[in-house]
Amino acid sequence: MKNPLDSLWGTIISGLVLLVILYVFVVNFLR
Amino acid sequence: MELLIDRWLHIWAGIAWIGLLYYFNAVQVPGLAAAKADGTAAGITRHIAPRALLWFRWAAVVTWLTGAYYLERSGIGFTNAFLLQGSAATIGIGAWLGTIMLFNVWVLIWPNQKKVLGLVEADDAAKAKAARVAFLASRTNTMLSIPMLFFMAANTHFNPLV
Repeated sequence: MKNPLDSLWGTIISGLVLLVILYVFVVNFLR
Repeated sequence: MELLIDRWLHIWAGIAWIGLLYYFNAVQVPGLAAAKADGTAAGITRHIAPRALLWFRWAAVVTWLTGAYYLERSGIGFTNAFLLQGSAATIGIGAWLGTIMLFNVWVLIWPNQKKVLGLVEADDAAKAKAARVAFLASRTNTMLSIPMLFFMAANTHFNPLV
């Protein structure tokens, strides 16, 4: 499997996915 | 007034840090690959990259220190943020991401870039390995900057914990 960080778009998409994961974590587990 | 100046410095240094991070990822890396192909990379590695890295790593330090000062003096609390306590957890997530990014700059990117740029001795195999580690650490920081900026801004504009 290719490392998504090897491409700029893969990096941006990975950042957006991480943002969603962290947001769900904050709203569901820290509220 | 002191907090305003601190926050202003924090945003100012943060723009310099993340702006240079995006420059490295979106401009210098592809530009250097093209320059190597036509034999004109020396100017970038000798004159541009060391200057960009100087501003980059010290802007990271100023950003973190002014951010830590703001957390402590603004009423949020440095410890509350890093322990993800109450509504401080939102900016705390941003602070953790920023701290990981600062670590990457000083522990992974800069020491390895020194080998790549020839500022410290390294053979070709060590340079190739150092280039890969620095590249992935830089890309990791670019990825982390996306949620980091969201949670920094969310503290004021859309805190899901308030």
